[in-house]
Amino acid sequence: MLRIKDLQAGIEGKQILKGINLEIGAGEVHAIMGPNGSGKSTLASVLAGRPEYEVTGGSVTFNGKDLLEFSPEARAGEGLFLAFQYPVEIPGLSTTNFIKTAVNEVRKYRGQQELDAVSFLKVMKEKMKLMEMDQALLTRALNEGFSGGEKKRNEIFQMAMLEPKLAVLDETDSGLDIDAIRIVSDGVNKFRSKDNAVLAITHYQRLLDYIVPDFVHVLYNGRIVKSGSKELALELEERGYDFIKNEIKEEAAA
Amino acid sequence: MKSDIYHQDKHIDSEIDIIEQTVSSEYKYGFVTNIEADEAPPGLSEDIIRFISSKKNEPEWMLEWRLKAFKQWQKMEEPNWAHIKYPRVNYQDIIYYSAPKQKVKPGSIEEVDPELRKTFDKLGISLEEQKRISGVAVDVVMDSVSIATTFKTQLSELGIIFCSMSEAIQKHPDLVRKYLSSVVPASDNYFAALNSAVFSDGSFCYIPKNTRCPMELSTYFRINAQNSGQFERTLIIAEEGSYVSYLEGCTAPKRDENQLHAAVVELIAMERAEIKYSTVQNWFPGDKDGNGGIYNFVTKRGLCKGDYSKISWAQVETGSAITWKYPSVILKGDYSVGEFYSVAVTNHFQQADTGTKMSHLGKHTKSRIVSKGISAGKSQNSYRGLVHVGKNALNARNFSQCDSMLLGDKCGAHTFPYIEVKNNTAIVEHEATTSKIGEDQLFYCNQRGIDTETAVALIINGFAREVMNKLPMEFAVEAKKLLAVSLEGSVG
Ligand SMILES: Nc1ncnc2c1ncn2[C@@H]1O[C@H](COP(=O)(O)OP(=O)(O)OP(=O)(O)O)[C@@H](O)[C@H]1O
Ligand SMILES: [Mg+2]
Repeated sequence: MLRIKDLQAGIEGKQILKGINLEIGAGEVHAIMGPNGSGKSTLASVLAGRPEYEVTGGSVTFNGKDLLEFSPEARAGEGLFLAFQYPVEIPGLSTTNFIKTAVNEVRKYRGQQELDAVSFLKVMKEKMKLMEMDQALLTRALNEGFSGGEKKRNEIFQMAMLEPKLAVLDETDSGLDIDAIRIVSDGVNKFRSKDNAVLAITHYQRLLDYIVPDFVHVLYNGRIVKSGSKELALELEERGYDFIKNEIKEEAAA
Repeated sequence: MKSDIYHQDKHIDSEIDIIEQTVSSEYKYGFVTNIEADEAPPGLSEDIIRFISSKKNEPEWMLEWRLKAFKQWQKMEEPNWAHIKYPRVNYQDIIYYSAPKQKVKPGSIEEVDPELRKTFDKLGISLEEQKRISGVAVDVVMDSVSIATTFKTQLSELGIIFCSMSEAIQKHPDLVRKYLSSVVPASDNYFAALNSAVFSDGSFCYIPKNTRCPMELSTYFRINAQNSGQFERTLIIAEEGSYVSYLEGCTAPKRDENQLHAAVVELIAMERAEIKYSTVQNWFPGDKDGNGGIYNFVTKRGLCKGDYSKISWAQVETGSAITWKYPSVILKGDYSVGEFYSVAVTNHFQQADTGTKMSHLGKHTKSRIVSKGISAGKSQNSYRGLVHVGKNALNARNFSQCDSMLLGDKCGAHTFPYIEVKNNTAIVEHEATTSKIGEDQLFYCNQRGIDTETAVALIINGFAREVMNKLPMEFAVEAKKLLAVSLEGSVG
């Protein structure tokens, strides 16, 4: 589904991604871990097409198409969803209105019929139930005055509404209380199918108890330096990143 | 709960449809109706005023009233304190009276000239009374005269008078004589004096005691003729314990030269009466390069005459090359309330200097001002507001919120709040913010599949929501559409 080859990218002349290689197949869950500042959010932003970032090398294909050729909104239409690490507030704009616009724009892109108010509401109610989403939040202005955890839950709700093929979750678990982690993870698990995939960026192995990954990757200094099964996350939790940093030093020395 | 969200969503649905419809349209009201007009020669003199007055078959007192205003106007200077720049208007080049020639004077809506009917169909205004579902009574003023007033009979059963100003002068002279210029005297300002001398029509409403007007009253103004000015006059009187909501909409054809619109609106609310006055102003704003457009110099003022009365202005100003307009409230009655909710959008070379005046004279009077200015292109958008608390206005309260949003870096937003407090029990609060649409907001929308143009419309409508919510439903839809259209191509 997603094939990243030697991806290099930076911002304001500073190189951050220094050659990322990653393949994600349909039905898979991949986790990316790594120390602060290693480039995890940068990778997510580059995939989503954030204009401030400049791709300086490599390629990304998404379902056989050159992802980097598409505008950010077309990428969403193609089925890429990014749950932001820091969701943005838009004062005064009702969350429901925003989601309805998004859903219909994406449907238009996909050649599906737009939903009228009644069918949209029907879909929204189903997903609200599925995701255990509070209706009160949806009538408020988009993320305005939402708590950290509420913002994250709103991201996952939007994911459910937009039905992407690949959902990139950037630290969606950060700031969630214990119950919310379970609810959000349940939501992600209900979303999973053999046709879509999840790329979850996280600092905590706890999330991976709920959303069990097929692969875990460690991003360090702009590169994926280690990949493994879900046990790698447990090992990281226990030993910290030092052992990986040491491994890299040893490799470099050898 | 269920119906609640459904209702909300119906609203949402229309919002979104509208944004889609309009993303790629230009000023679509710019067409001209080919209809013969009965016109005065250009220029302004006593003779022209006599001509207008006799065309309208006015009584002697009305003519004298006009001539007096004209004398005052001749002694006055055009004001230049506003933050706007424009070449001097030559008042002798303007045509002060232009009436679409109709074969017969319409006695009923059915008799309106078909060419005119087509015009109003194009504008989306129905003159057909049977379209009752819309529940809005409409008076239509084209150039200098009122074309048709709908729902008249139904209203008159309640004792409500809703007719053109010319008709009111003929049929209700006592009311007109008593109240006309009682809130905005001819000597008030240059444009008010000009209007008093030459106004040719407008709307008149009278709501009797303890009567709640069952539908929105609405006037639709249209400038059609070339080189003509439009000078309409609106007078609304709400007797004790009555309520009325009034809407005003305006458009004009695209023309290369500037046209002058100088209106006067007077509102009078007696004890416990409430008047809501909403405007969607979409006069032709001029083209991208700043050619043409309407000069909109308007005086609007309401008098809260009785205790516990309330006057509320809501306006969405997207059109006109120049807007000079300060809908105000004189809070004379004790416990009276004044409100001003405004969204002013300027793009390209438009200039707006708009705001309000709240004069607290009575005790325990309250006012609230919410102004949202949105500037794009090379436009200039100024808020100018005065809060005055007189020495007898015990416990007066005012709250003002002025927010500006800038799209791009070639436009300007300015805020000129003036506060005069002569009673130390007053509490006056003023808050102001300036913001821009953030790259991160746009990217967030883009990531959800929403293109930048639609994202801008959503963000702007969010910014203006507090004011939009004050508009009657039918108008809110139109207003949202306008915001999207007027800001087209201003970002990205
Ligand atoms: N606009 C910018 N200008 C300069 N450096 C930047 C800019 N944006 C990001 N960076 C840098 O790029 C590096 C990678 O940032 P990124 O946000 O991708 O890290 P991360 O792995 O997501 O970290 P965290 O775990 O803290 O979220 C950091 O060193 C950061 O300071
Ligand atoms: Mg990050």
